[in-house]
Amino acid sequence: MKYSSQMVAKPYFIFALILLAGEILFGVLMGIQYMYGDFLFPLIPFNVLRMVHTNLLIVLILFGFMGATYYLIPEEAERELWSPKLAILTFWVFAAAGVATILGYLFVPYATLTEVTFNNLLPTMGREFLEQPLPTKVGIVLVVVSYIVNVTMTVLKGRRTVITTVLITGLIGLAVFFLFAFYVPDNLVMDKFFWWFTVHLWVEATWELIMGAILAFVLIKVTGVDREHIDKWLYLIIAMTMVSGILGTGHHFFYMGAPEYWLWIGSIASAVEPLPFFLMVLFAFTMARDSKIKHDNKIALTWAKGTAVMAFLGAGVWGFMHTLAPVNMFTHGTQLTAAHGHLSFYGAYIMIIFTMISYAMPILRGRLHGNCAKAQKLELSSFWMMNIGMLGLTLALTAAGIVQIMDLRMGTELKGFMESQESIQSIFMIRLGFGLLVFVGLITYFASFFVKEEA
Amino acid sequence: MTERITKSMAKNIYYGGGMFALLIFIALTFDTVQQIPKRSNQGQMTESVVAGKALWEKNNCVGCHTIVGEGAYFAPELMNVFQRRGAGDEASFKAYMQGWMAAQPLDIPDRRKMPQFHLTPAEVDNLSDFLIWTSKINANEWPPTIEG
Ligand code: HEM
Ligand code: HEM
Ligand SMILES: [Fe+2]
Repeated sequence: MKYSSQMVAKPYFIFALILLAGEILFGVLMGIQYMYGDFLFPLIPFNVLRMVHTNLLIVLILFGFMGATYYLIPEEAERELWSPKLAILTFWVFAAAGVATILGYLFVPYATLTEVTFNNLLPTMGREFLEQPLPTKVGIVLVVVSYIVNVTMTVLKGRRTVITTVLITGLIGLAVFFLFAFYVPDNLVMDKFFWWFTVHLWVEATWELIMGAILAFVLIKVTGVDREHIDKWLYLIIAMTMVSGILGTGHHFFYMGAPEYWLWIGSIASAVEPLPFFLMVLFAFTMARDSKIKHDNKIALTWAKGTAVMAFLGAGVWGFMHTLAPVNMFTHGTQLTAAHGHLSFYGAYIMIIFTMISYAMPILRGRLHGNCAKAQKLELSSFWMMNIGMLGLTLALTAAGIVQIMDLRMGTELKGFMESQESIQSIFMIRLGFGLLVFVGLITYFASFFVKEEA
Repeated sequence: MTERITKSMAKNIYYGGGMFALLIFIALTFDTVQQIPKRSNQGQMTESVVAGKALWEKNNCVGCHTIVGEGAYFAPELMNVFQRRGAGDEASFKAYMQGWMAAQPLDIPDRRKMPQFHLTPAEVDNLSDFLIWTSKINANEWPPTIEG
C-alpha cells in the first residue's frame, strides 16, 4: 500500500461481503418459498424477502464501488485521499441507514413503513428495486455526493489518468440517474418510462464505466502492461458502451405503452450492447497474455478474467437472447428475465468487486505479494463453486422460462400461471440446489481469509 | 484488429458517439413524453385510478406480481387480469376483486400465498379501477395471450 488513506477501503470491502452473504441467504429463502408457499409465511411474505434480496444487492454493489474507488484513487492520483475522515464518516452513515432500512422491511409491514417515513409527502416507494423509504433515498444521495466530492477533490489536486476520469464520469452518472428515483408520475406508463432511467442507465451505462475503470486498474497492477495500451482498450470499451447502452434503454420500451419506434431503436441499439462486454473479454485475456510481470497474486488475475467472461455470458449472451422486440414479445417478464438478471448482476458487478477485493485486500492486510498459495488455492475453489452455482441457477431459470412461455404464451392449449408454475417444481428444486452451491462457495471464500500465512 | 485503432481515435468515438447517442435519446424522450398521454388514455385516469396506483405502491404489489411485464415473477401478470377474471365487464370484475382480496391468504397447503392487506371496499375498488385503466394501455399488442 502506497498511501495510508487507502486503508479506508477496508471497512467498505468487509461490509460489502457481509451484505452479500445476507443477499444470498435471502435468495435461498425465496427459492424455498417459491416451492413451499407456507414457508416463512405470513412471517415474511415473498415481496419482503425479495426487497431484502435486491436492495442488499444494490447497496452492497455501492459499498463495493466505494471501497474500490477509495483504494485506487490515491494510487492513481498519487496523493492521499482528500478527506479520509469524511470517507469513514460516510461509511458509518451509509451502513447505519442500510441496516435500519433492512430491519424496517423485516419488522414493519410495508404499508405502515410508507406511512411512518413520510412517503405521503413525496411518494417514491413501492417500485421494484427502488422500494427504499424517503429518508434512505435522501441518505443515499448525501452519501454518494460526499463520496464524489471526496474523490474529485483528490483527483483535482493530484495526477489525472484515464482511469480516474472514466471512474468519476461513471460516478456522476450514477448520482444523476438516481435522481429519477424521486420522480413518480401518476401515469403508470410515464412512471415506468422514467424508472428505467435509473435502472437501465445504471447497469448498462454508468456502472459499466465504473466496472471498466476498476478492471483496467487491476489489470495494470497484476500484468504490468503499460498504461497507454490499457487506456486505449478502456476508451474503446466505454465508447461501445455509450454508443449502444444509452439508446439500448429502448429494449424496455417495447411493450409498456411507449411509441412504436422504440421497437426498432431499442432492438438495433441493444443488439450492439454485448460488444463492450466482448471487448472486456479480449481485453482481460490479451493483457494476461502480454503480461510484463509475474505477480504472485495469481487469483486476482483469475477473477479479472472470470469477471469478463461471466459478464459477457450474463449481460451479453443472456441479454441478447431476449433483446430483439419480436422475441421479447414472448419472453417479457418471465423466468427468463430472472435468469438474465442473475447472471448479469453476478458476472459483472459482484465479480468485479471480488476482483478488486482479491487484489487489494491482501495488500491492505500487509501481504504485499498476495495471500499465500494455500489461501489462493482455497479462494480458487470458491471461485469455481460460485461460478458453477450461478451458471447452474441461470440455466435452471432459463429452462423454467422456456416452459413458462410455452405454457402461457404459445399455441392454443394455454395453462394458467399458477398451474404452469406448479408443474415446474422440479426445475425450481434444481435452482435451489445450485443456489446452495453458491452459498457454500461464498462461505469457502470467507474461509480463505482466515488461512494462516506460512511464516 | 485493435492495433489499427489509436488511443485518440477510441477517445473520440467515446465522446463523439456518446454525445450523439445522448442527444438522440433526449430528443426521443421529449417525443415519447408527448405521446404517452394518448397511448395510455390519460383522460380516463380518474381520481380513483390514481388512488389505486398509490395503493398498488403502498402495498408493494409489484414485489410478487408483474404489471405490463415488469416486477416479480412469483405471481401472475396483472395488466390483463381485467379481461382474464372479469371478461372485460367492469361490474363483474369489481365484484370478483372484492371477493378475491377478502379471501387472502387462500387456505391451500403449500400454495404460494398472497397476504391479507386489510383494505376497505372503497380501496379495493380503487385498485380495480387502476387495473381496468392499465388494461387499456396501448402496449403494442402485449401481452400475447389472455394468460399474460
Ligand atoms: C451487467 C449488465 C446488465 C445487468 C446487471 C442487467 C440486469 C437486468 C435486470 C435485473 C433485468 C430485469 C429488470 C426487471 O426486473 O424488470 C433486465 C432486463 C432486461 N435486460 Fe438486462 N442487464 C444487463 C445487461 C443487458 C444487456 C447487455 C442486454 C442486451 C443485450 C440486456 C437486455 C435486457 C432486456 C431485453 C431486458 C428486459 C427483459 C424483459 O422484457 O422482461 N441486459 N436486465
Ligand atoms: C444464490 C442463490 C440465489 C437464489 C436462490 C436467488 C433467488 C431469487 C429469487 C427467487 C428471486 C425472485 C424472482 C421473482 O421475482 O420471482 C430473485 C430475484 C433477483 N435476484 Fe436472486 N437469488 C440468488 C442469488 C442472487 C445473486 C448472487 C444475485 C446478484 C448477483 C441476485 C440478483 C437478483 C436480482 C437482480 C433479482 C431481480 C430479478 C429481476 O427482477 O429480473 N440473486 N432471486
Ligand atoms: Fe436494459
